[in-house]
Amino acid sequence: MTIALVSGRALPLRGNELDTDRIMPARFLKAVTFEGLEQHVFEDDRKTNPSHPFSNPAYRGAAILVANENFGCGSSREHAPQGLQRWGIKAIVGESFSEIFRGNSSVLGVPCFTADKASIEQLQTLIEQKPDTVVTADVATGTITAGDLTIQGTLPAGVRDAFLTDKWNPTSMLLADFDRVRATAAKLPYVAGF
Amino acid sequence: MPTLFHKVWNAHAVRTLPSGQTQLFVGLHLIHEVTSPQAFDMLHQHGWTVAFPERTFATVDHIVPTSSQRRPFLDVMAEEMTSALERNCARHGIRLFAPGDDLSGEQGIVHVIGPEMGLTQPGMTIACGDSHTSTHGALGAIAFGIGTSQVRDVLASQSLAMDPLKVRRIDINGSLRPGVYAKDVILTIIRRLGVNGGVGYAYEYGGSTVDDMSIDERMTICNMSIEGGARVGYVNPDDSTFAFLKGRKYAPTGEAWDRAVAWWRSLASDHDAIYDDRVVIDAATIEPTVTWGINPSQSVGVSEPIATRDDEALAYMGFADGQKVAGTKIDVAFIGSCTNGRLSDLEEVAKFVKGRQVAPHVKALVVPGSQDVRRRAEAKGLDRIFAAAGFEWRGAGCSMCLAMNPDRLEGNQICASSSNRNFKGRQGSPTGRTLLMSPVMVAAAAIAGEVADVRELLEPAHA
Ligand code: SF4
Repeated sequence: MTIALVSGRALPLRGNELDTDRIMPARFLKAVTFEGLEQHVFEDDRKTNPSHPFSNPAYRGAAILVANENFGCGSSREHAPQGLQRWGIKAIVGESFSEIFRGNSSVLGVPCFTADKASIEQLQTLIEQKPDTVVTADVATGTITAGDLTIQGTLPAGVRDAFLTDKWNPTSMLLADFDRVRATAAKLPYVAGF
Repeated sequence: MPTLFHKVWNAHAVRTLPSGQTQLFVGLHLIHEVTSPQAFDMLHQHGWTVAFPERTFATVDHIVPTSSQRRPFLDVMAEEMTSALERNCARHGIRLFAPGDDLSGEQGIVHVIGPEMGLTQPGMTIACGDSHTSTHGALGAIAFGIGTSQVRDVLASQSLAMDPLKVRRIDINGSLRPGVYAKDVILTIIRRLGVNGGVGYAYEYGGSTVDDMSIDERMTICNMSIEGGARVGYVNPDDSTFAFLKGRKYAPTGEAWDRAVAWWRSLASDHDAIYDDRVVIDAATIEPTVTWGINPSQSVGVSEPIATRDDEALAYMGFADGQKVAGTKIDVAFIGSCTNGRLSDLEEVAKFVKGRQVAPHVKALVVPGSQDVRRRAEAKGLDRIFAAAGFEWRGAGCSMCLAMNPDRLEGNQICASSSNRNFKGRQGSPTGRTLLMSPVMVAAAAIAGEVADVRELLEPAHA
């Protein structure tokens, strides 16, 4: 499946360094599947803050998450993007992301666009004022439009092309030329026992 | 001219993928019970097999109880996760380091046992579904954390689709002052460069301070690279690295050893290597460091006041701007984790606590990073020193670092912790509070009952 446009209502989530322990607290990792994780997204933050955006009915059904700096830092747990995706998030726009989180999201087909602080602020404010606004993120150009507002987002070129050409799930590519994997291994001194 | 990062990357590059990313061969794949079961399910759904089962090794660490490892575990989910790993390993012929209650067990925290067994070697690419995989870089490997879908990719193809990183050289020069440890060095680096300063970079640590460090100390530093945003952290291999590896279970022997050392030496960054960025830190400026906030960069020297405008962090932690962390009453003291749960950490702490007593209101526990660490510590009598001082002596595992087992904070307890993350709720209670510091500082806090400056408590012999 190619991913060229993501469109839907959005959810503004203010705060820097929202780590994966907060997105998905460790106790929900005690399972052998990812099923049901959507129920626990930001569970502890939502308990202590009843007006948390993920509890706000105005944002229910949102497809685009708008975050600030270093979103998804900390643990490599894929449970975090899995939970967000199962909740309904199809793309994230943020000032910056942790690398592992961004990679995990990409492999799930959830593009993470970066944009500058001022643009993010405008977008978050607009959605807070008009939660019904439809936001559209264009993978090819990186533009994100919301009503009259257009901001410029960025995706790394490789990831962008992968989404546009249906190459974002890499396993079949990694298996496509397996002889070369074996050849690379054979040249490594430690694989041959020195 | 190339760095170790580039040499290792190039040796493992299989091809450029249609997406433009590099297909990178993974030399060593480590798995544990939390991030692998879904990967095996995906593998089975597609009908794929494990491509190189002899290059994957498994352990249980996150969910194992540290009071008793008798099976079945009392926690039904912990038992199910362990059984799932056992089934998957048996089905695919993957070596599993098993739990065991009678000191026969081989398990331990994945980042402790890899180096301990000699699996982790210079020049390897190492991947594990765990962000602290950066630890293994202390031996000159390029090691990084991955997500579960990538665990599936490594199982299926022994390779990953990766984008290259830039390399930042961080030199630390000079002698550390008494009471200052590797933990303080990395907390200081993160404080100065920020929690996302390392995004897009591999951190290469060097300079005379790092040259003089043991491999265990280098592991403490590399371990927390990810806390500074760097997915990879490493130290060039040198004679200390080779001495550490010699004789370990999976290390080469005989003539193969000599050939290995020659190859390993050739991988170190060239003297004229070009870096994308350089940072120099004077070791003498580093103090015993303590975090006060909710991310690992929010730290101060123990004698300094907090200076911040982060009201969210202050409110959560119950601190005020301008306050000192020293003197904060603690409820729990935790010594362990993949940052500071190795034998040398426990020896250093035992030296300090011998003849002292944990304050009556403090629950203090020492959790060895592996069963091997536990056995060696007990052979040296460290368990008795800890018990006499009022610490609980436990079995091996991640324990209160992330509280997926019964070891956890309650309510808004404050924990002095030798682990690596002080995120909100990290230690098992949604309102629990974590103060990160070196293991000896944790011991000092346990004994004083409050955060204390270890330098004031050191014997003159240490000072
Ligand atoms: S000790 Fe903590 S940081 Fe290390 S692997 Fe275990 S849970 Fe993760």
